[in-house]
Amino acid sequence: MSNIPENLRYSKDHEWISADGDVASIGITDYAQTSLGDVVYIDLPRVGDKFSAHEAFGSVESVKAVSEVFTPIAGEIVEVNDGLNDTPEKVNSDPYGAGWFVKVKMDNPNGVDAMLSSVEYEEYLSTIG
Amino acid sequence: MSEELKKTPLNEVHRALGGKMVDFGGWDMPVQYPAGVIEEHMATRTRAGLFDVSHMGEIWVKGPDAIGFVNGLTTNDVTKLVDGQAQYSAFPNEQGGVVDDLLVYRFGPEQLLLVVNAATTDKDWAWITSHKGDEQVTLTNASADYCQIAIQGPKALGILRKLTDTPLEPIKYYHFTTGEVDGVEAIISRTGYTGEDGFEVYAAAENAEQLWNKMLETGKEDGILPCGLAARNTLRLESSMSLYGHELDDDISTLEANLGWITKLDKGDFTGRDAIASLKSSGLKRKLVGFEMREPGIARDGFDVYLDDKKVGIVTSGSPAPFLKKNIGLAFVPTEFANVGQQITIDVRGKKLLAEIVPTPFYKRPK
Repeated sequence: MSNIPENLRYSKDHEWISADGDVASIGITDYAQTSLGDVVYIDLPRVGDKFSAHEAFGSVESVKAVSEVFTPIAGEIVEVNDGLNDTPEKVNSDPYGAGWFVKVKMDNPNGVDAMLSSVEYEEYLSTIG
Repeated sequence: MSEELKKTPLNEVHRALGGKMVDFGGWDMPVQYPAGVIEEHMATRTRAGLFDVSHMGEIWVKGPDAIGFVNGLTTNDVTKLVDGQAQYSAFPNEQGGVVDDLLVYRFGPEQLLLVVNAATTDKDWAWITSHKGDEQVTLTNASADYCQIAIQGPKALGILRKLTDTPLEPIKYYHFTTGEVDGVEAIISRTGYTGEDGFEVYAAAENAEQLWNKMLETGKEDGILPCGLAARNTLRLESSMSLYGHELDDDISTLEANLGWITKLDKGDFTGRDAIASLKSSGLKRKLVGFEMREPGIARDGFDVYLDDKKVGIVTSGSPAPFLKKNIGLAFVPTEFANVGQQITIDVRGKKLLAEIVPTPFYKRPK
């Protein structure tokens, strides 16, 4: 069973988002990290880079595979988790905590409400088996 | 999925262990277990790993002409084998490419066992049978009759010793014997695909579960882990061993793949010999090299290799190396650039990242 915290919002690309005012933290879900396996490298954008919704902002690589990471919401990168350069395994061990990827200043903070709730994400996971 | 995947006799055991199953060349195989590829890789390097390789193909060649027949189909010299010895070899095609790579086991002067890759077993069988003329040999595709379990790593010998009366120390690398393992009749071969010491144990398919479970249980105190295909791949890549379909293929010769040591052009005639000889005399255009990434990023199979702005080659296998903690790979590059220290760049999804040609194997186990 995947761990799906109730206080977060989710995308069908298996990103989570946690909004604090107009700034949102973004990472990948427990389901995503389990599917990927041991994460060994994360390619993150630079502070100041701007992304539209559903645009790839980086990639996460496991021993076996690479997967793109998408911004669930449009905005500008205000902080990146540089710590992941040295400890990419945090994405596996603590995907909703120390394994966060970026913080984004959202163009439209209300857009968060349109994302999946934990219940909806859990339902979505059950449909993709 | 229209076609049913093939299963080894250990399929249910893998599922019970939590193995993540994938389609590997038509076989339903565990790519990893819950411990994960890095743990499995490290267990094999430092303790022991257990691998189900029952999907590999086994073909018996028996009869008075067995040695001559196989010698005419393979690059290595079968006449050099003695009873109880195994040999790494390849089936070349008429153009000098490779149909498959294989192990040749000599049980006796009229009895050879060919162990071939899983995904190519049918192709190999068709190739071998179509090349049989009036030689006195009987060919048997016995792939479904056998399970094959590899126990690899510094603790492999100690674990297996607890399960057999057959003395294991005297079995030299690339030699084998027959004996009982946990009371089951088996072929015990000191071979592997990990770069570690270890054994590959062949037995009747019906004994697979017993042997697997017994080896896991016996190895528990030594920290043995079941290992999936992902760890098998990173282990062989760190040790620079070829994987068919990557470093070897229908249009790649053994010489290009650094397998000159199994290519005995002076042993007498064999299929593809003339093509390989002419390739050798005209000079190889490309060569397989090992590289290490010099910038953050991971090269993957099929990525393009550049020298300045010119595309010069292709990555055949690329991956993080869990034991070495580097990002490594094998690639074909033009022979004139195939030198240790040569800098190349690799197109990693649109970014050209620096890499350097390094000596292979990347990893060599301490003696």
